[in-house]
Amino acid sequence: MKVLVPIKRVIDYAVKVRVLPDKSGVDLNNVKMSLNPFCEIAIEEAVRLKEKKIATELVAVSIGPKAAQDSIRTALAMGVDKGIHIETNLRTDQELQPLAVAKLLKEVAKREDAKLVVLGKQSIDSDNGQVGQMLASLLDWPQVTFASKVTFADDKQSLTVDRETDKGSEVVQVTVPAVVTADLRLNEPRYASLPNIMKAKKKPIETLAADSLIDAKDLQPRNTVLKVEEPAARKAGEIVDSVDSLINSLKNKAKVI
Amino acid sequence: MLALAQRSKTLVNSARSAAVASKAGAQRTYLDWPLLKEEHVMIGQTCRNFAETELMPIAAKIDREHFFPAEQVRKLGELGMMGIQVPGEWGGADLDAMSYAIAMEEISRACASTGVIMSANNSLYCAPVEKFGNDEQKEKFLKPIASGQQIGCFMLSEPGNGSDAGAASTTATDKGDHFLLNGAKAWITNAHEASYAVVFATTDKSLKHKGISAFIVDMKAPGVSVGKKEDKLGIRGSSTATVTFEDAVVPKNQLLGAPGHGFKIAMNTLDGGRIGVAGQALGIAQASLDVAAKYAQERKSFNKPIASLYAIQEKLAKMSMKIDASRLLIWKAAMLKDAGKPFTKDAAQAKLFASEAATFCAHQAIQVLGGMGYVNDMPAERFYRDARITEIYEGTSEIQHLVIGGNVIKEYSS
Repeated sequence: MKVLVPIKRVIDYAVKVRVLPDKSGVDLNNVKMSLNPFCEIAIEEAVRLKEKKIATELVAVSIGPKAAQDSIRTALAMGVDKGIHIETNLRTDQELQPLAVAKLLKEVAKREDAKLVVLGKQSIDSDNGQVGQMLASLLDWPQVTFASKVTFADDKQSLTVDRETDKGSEVVQVTVPAVVTADLRLNEPRYASLPNIMKAKKKPIETLAADSLIDAKDLQPRNTVLKVEEPAARKAGEIVDSVDSLINSLKNKAKVI
Repeated sequence: MLALAQRSKTLVNSARSAAVASKAGAQRTYLDWPLLKEEHVMIGQTCRNFAETELMPIAAKIDREHFFPAEQVRKLGELGMMGIQVPGEWGGADLDAMSYAIAMEEISRACASTGVIMSANNSLYCAPVEKFGNDEQKEKFLKPIASGQQIGCFMLSEPGNGSDAGAASTTATDKGDHFLLNGAKAWITNAHEASYAVVFATTDKSLKHKGISAFIVDMKAPGVSVGKKEDKLGIRGSSTATVTFEDAVVPKNQLLGAPGHGFKIAMNTLDGGRIGVAGQALGIAQASLDVAAKYAQERKSFNKPIASLYAIQEKLAKMSMKIDASRLLIWKAAMLKDAGKPFTKDAAQAKLFASEAATFCAHQAIQVLGGMGYVNDMPAERFYRDARITEIYEGTSEIQHLVIGGNVIKEYSS
């Protein structure tokens, strides 16, 4: 069974993000970029499926500028077999939006004849959390989102997935082909071993132009970002000396009671 | 007084977490240098991630409690880091000297003890066995060490001679199908954890250094005894001990390389080892700059961060320069080695310069941190203690001067 793993190159989680002076977006110049943490978890899950001989081939796909190939190389070093780079110069944190991404991934999934798509539940730059769901709908496949555990049946056709919801854990069973989105507790990604980093250099990465897969107009953003600004600075707290004083502050200053 | 203590505690916590979590993402690092090969960048990033996640959180504990980080060393082995330059067929990662230098820097930046455990295994044990061993020896004695399943060590120094390696007085008496080793070796890194050792002993003292041969010794062989762990100033996670041989039996087929070639093997091994130790020193120097630069921005004095004072900027400038210069010297030596060119002088220069940079930077880091640099709430004092040994082992700074000077003269003579 071929497994497709869509991954995204985003601002590194440790970076102190700054907004551009014209408030059109976040400053990406000379900023450290990394593989999205949830994508890393998705790759790890796919690699484990291959180790359990449930997946036969793993394909990583990433959309973005040439540098997106860095993330693909990391995936290859972790155990993915080949990579597909869909090239576009649209800003992947705000211009290239979930529906366009889902449409592109639909084409790749069909092209690769994948039977399972495993991807992160959301990216840490745009935080939309929509691609997996939209992709499943476009493909007309079942979806299981926020997966914290994935277990395949012996026949390798159906899988039982624990998903994390606001109410707790929910157990869902689906049959392939299916889309699964990875949540934080699904697994702990491995470090790429040094020999695997070298082996990754020989694995193929195919580059395709985004508008060769779908119509150029479908790539364009449907929402326009009007303004990006930092959240209001947190005001210092206040130390109160009695319960009465506390209630007074909650009532009259914070206005929460 | 209480407010002062509270303020300094918050400062410690934020600076300490900043020092611990100064992830590669947040600041510009040498890994951004466009001339670095892609695989070296990836290796650097992997090692950095590993170091920050697995080693940084326990480095202070390793030092305080004086224990060998077995779990972390095992993980390093799984990643291929205990046999970085060893070919794949013998269980290694099959990478080059540049990769080794970068890996050493990144690991040592988090924990210098783990760094020395790694470098002794890589360049002092694996390298000579790989270069001078026969296939049978490599299968038995290289594979399990390069793959990280077991640890190796190197025994050259003796209680009576360190720099004067040619005066080895440990003897190896030929008994037909085996040798009997007698004598003692001092300052052996990994002595308590190693399964095998590369040991230098003389079969004929009259031949002076030409009488020395190299042997692969099983640490469990009868007659081999490991002394108590030395109570060292720094790199306290690594075990260092005297090892004594009393009629220790070494089978004939464990002679490493040709008889009488021991001295050459030792010198050749130390050349490569110097790149590793230089990398370790560089890691310590970089960690020192990381902690000093972060602290200087948060600590206020005379109503502004001390980073705005010239005196502090001058220190940071000197540290930064010595670090960059060390790195380039190390990379030059590594590149020459990878190109198959002579690199003895360059490795010696790298080791000498980087070790002095480490002691300088660690010293200045304590100075920048002031009183906080003197207590173990901050890692600066550990860097200071860890740095010191880099000017001594794997060839003292004096020996490095000798090696460099001798090579310079050779270059200038017809």
